[in-house]
Amino acid sequence: MLTYLIRRVITSIIVLIGVSIFIFLLLHAAYPSPARAALGLLARPAQIAAFNKANGYDDPVVVQYLHYIGIIPNGGTSPDLLKGNLGYSYVENQSVFALFQERVARSAYLSGISLVIAVIIALPLGIFQAVKRNTIGDNVATSAAFILYSMPSFFLGLILIQVFALSLPIFNFEASQSTNVWYVMGDWYSMTLPIFTLALITVAAFSRYMRSSSIDVLAQDYIKVARAKGLPERLVLLRHLVRNASLPMVTLIGLSLPALLAGNLITESLFNFQGLGLLFFESLNKVDYAVLLAYTLAGAVLVIAGNLVADIALTVADPRIRLA
Amino acid sequence: MATSSLPPLDIQRAPEGGEIGAIQSGWRLALREFMNNRLAVIGFGMLIFFVLFSFVGPLIYHTDQLDTNLTLANLPPSGAHLFGTDTSGFDELGRMMKGGQAALEIGFFAAFVAIVIGTLWGAVSGLAGGIVDSAMMRVVDVFLSVPFLFVVLILAVKFGATVLSLSLVIGGFAWQVPARLVRGEVLSLRERDFVLAARTAGSSSWRLISRHLIPNSLGVVIVNVTFQVADAILAVAYVGFLGFGLHFPNVDWGDQLSTGSTYLEDGYWWLIFPVGACIVLTVMALNFIGDALRDAMDVRLRRR
Repeated sequence: MLTYLIRRVITSIIVLIGVSIFIFLLLHAAYPSPARAALGLLARPAQIAAFNKANGYDDPVVVQYLHYIGIIPNGGTSPDLLKGNLGYSYVENQSVFALFQERVARSAYLSGISLVIAVIIALPLGIFQAVKRNTIGDNVATSAAFILYSMPSFFLGLILIQVFALSLPIFNFEASQSTNVWYVMGDWYSMTLPIFTLALITVAAFSRYMRSSSIDVLAQDYIKVARAKGLPERLVLLRHLVRNASLPMVTLIGLSLPALLAGNLITESLFNFQGLGLLFFESLNKVDYAVLLAYTLAGAVLVIAGNLVADIALTVADPRIRLA
Repeated sequence: MATSSLPPLDIQRAPEGGEIGAIQSGWRLALREFMNNRLAVIGFGMLIFFVLFSFVGPLIYHTDQLDTNLTLANLPPSGAHLFGTDTSGFDELGRMMKGGQAALEIGFFAAFVAIVIGTLWGAVSGLAGGIVDSAMMRVVDVFLSVPFLFVVLILAVKFGATVLSLSLVIGGFAWQVPARLVRGEVLSLRERDFVLAARTAGSSSWRLISRHLIPNSLGVVIVNVTFQVADAILAVAYVGFLGFGLHFPNVDWGDQLSTGSTYLEDGYWWLIFPVGACIVLTVMALNFIGDALRDAMDVRLRRR
């Protein structure tokens, strides 16, 4: 098991380096130098050249990449990833890290609680569908999942706003505008619709998977043995089915992170929630590449870390993998 | 399945796949399995409907999609405008047809790009093996780790959005899954006798890939195509909704929905729900077809 884990960690590091090269090339192609933004539109070519020279933007690409990573120290404004420096936004006149720091808690809350709610709904739903396969209940749930699965999250959000904020004024059509995360957490009037917009799309994918995973487990011999030895059906389901069928969910949560980040971007833009997704959307409009690429990089790191954690958790949880 | 319905074995005309007769009837079996799947036929019907709606519709239902007319803005559905008019006075139904053209063109073209890149990448990687294979698969991992929508949005901002640029960008970042699928197939195919035979006969690697490995792994690719189209249509909708989609006079469904959503409180439902339904139904049709194709190709699920 240890060899497997070590190899898995090394692979993740290689992919991480690959991602940093990828994002750097994208940044380099889209936004070679922040000189214009720093010096203003009236800057003369000589001033721009001087700025580029002072800050290392006229170095060879490979050297610039090493600046970007932080292996060769840079005196200027390029990111310095190993030191946790994500770069400087001349549009906002603030370091990207500071911009993220202001908003990360709100985004983490929205995405985290949506993921938890999605799992809480999808797990029992998928098991129920597998046990009651091809009944009316299963067919209704499958159809609903199919529609949600094909629905862009902004359309689901608009439907929820129309029904639960405008037709029946139960909830707010705008997310909480407070800068205090503790207040946001208590503000169910404003947060319910964004949370469920993000959660329901995830439920659709998870419950479909959970259903087929449970159907596979139900066909296993150990389920037949458990039933044959006279174990009550409730215990068969709880002890044998739930445990085994839930294992693939761990991997699925890891794999769903890119979709969750995208959903976060859409949901925050739709409900005007001041998190990282909305920051990305605003930066698109301001064409602020420093923020855009730093956030893309942060997202990729989160995805790699999430998948690694999921694989480790699965190895620890499943003796079949652990002993193999 | 009655054995008598199998075609007579004809060794001379056996495909290069080496499985005499079985491949041919395999495709036929898959086709029958597909046609027996009710959802697949419904999905296929819906897809045909949207293709006709988008491309033939404007020939029958004439609307002016070039000149704004603010005296006609935001009219509710009526005999003259079946789905009302939008903020600029354009006929909403005609606009949906135009948006459908963009969605389907980008969807299919992006899927084509993704499939071509993915198939070649996977076949080369699987055939090469060893360190080349590992390196190529790590590149796939890198592309899988970077959030797809973010990169598409950044490139749409940088290069501007046209049907061509969006297709290339979306396809260029969606080829990882077909690459993995094809590599998996090639890894097993390359150990088979017909590949050895072709090698012995002096086939070059390129000939091996183009004549033997890719044709024999087409099954997994075909299943993936419809999902690719569905994902690309959703991606266009997201890009359009955030305001970075196609420019006037072109329009996409996401862009239309975004405009409509600002009038949600005014009760202009016809600007939102018909377009939303178009996106959902098109993507659903493609998912139906994809699921059915996957089941039809899966020998384990086949009824005997």
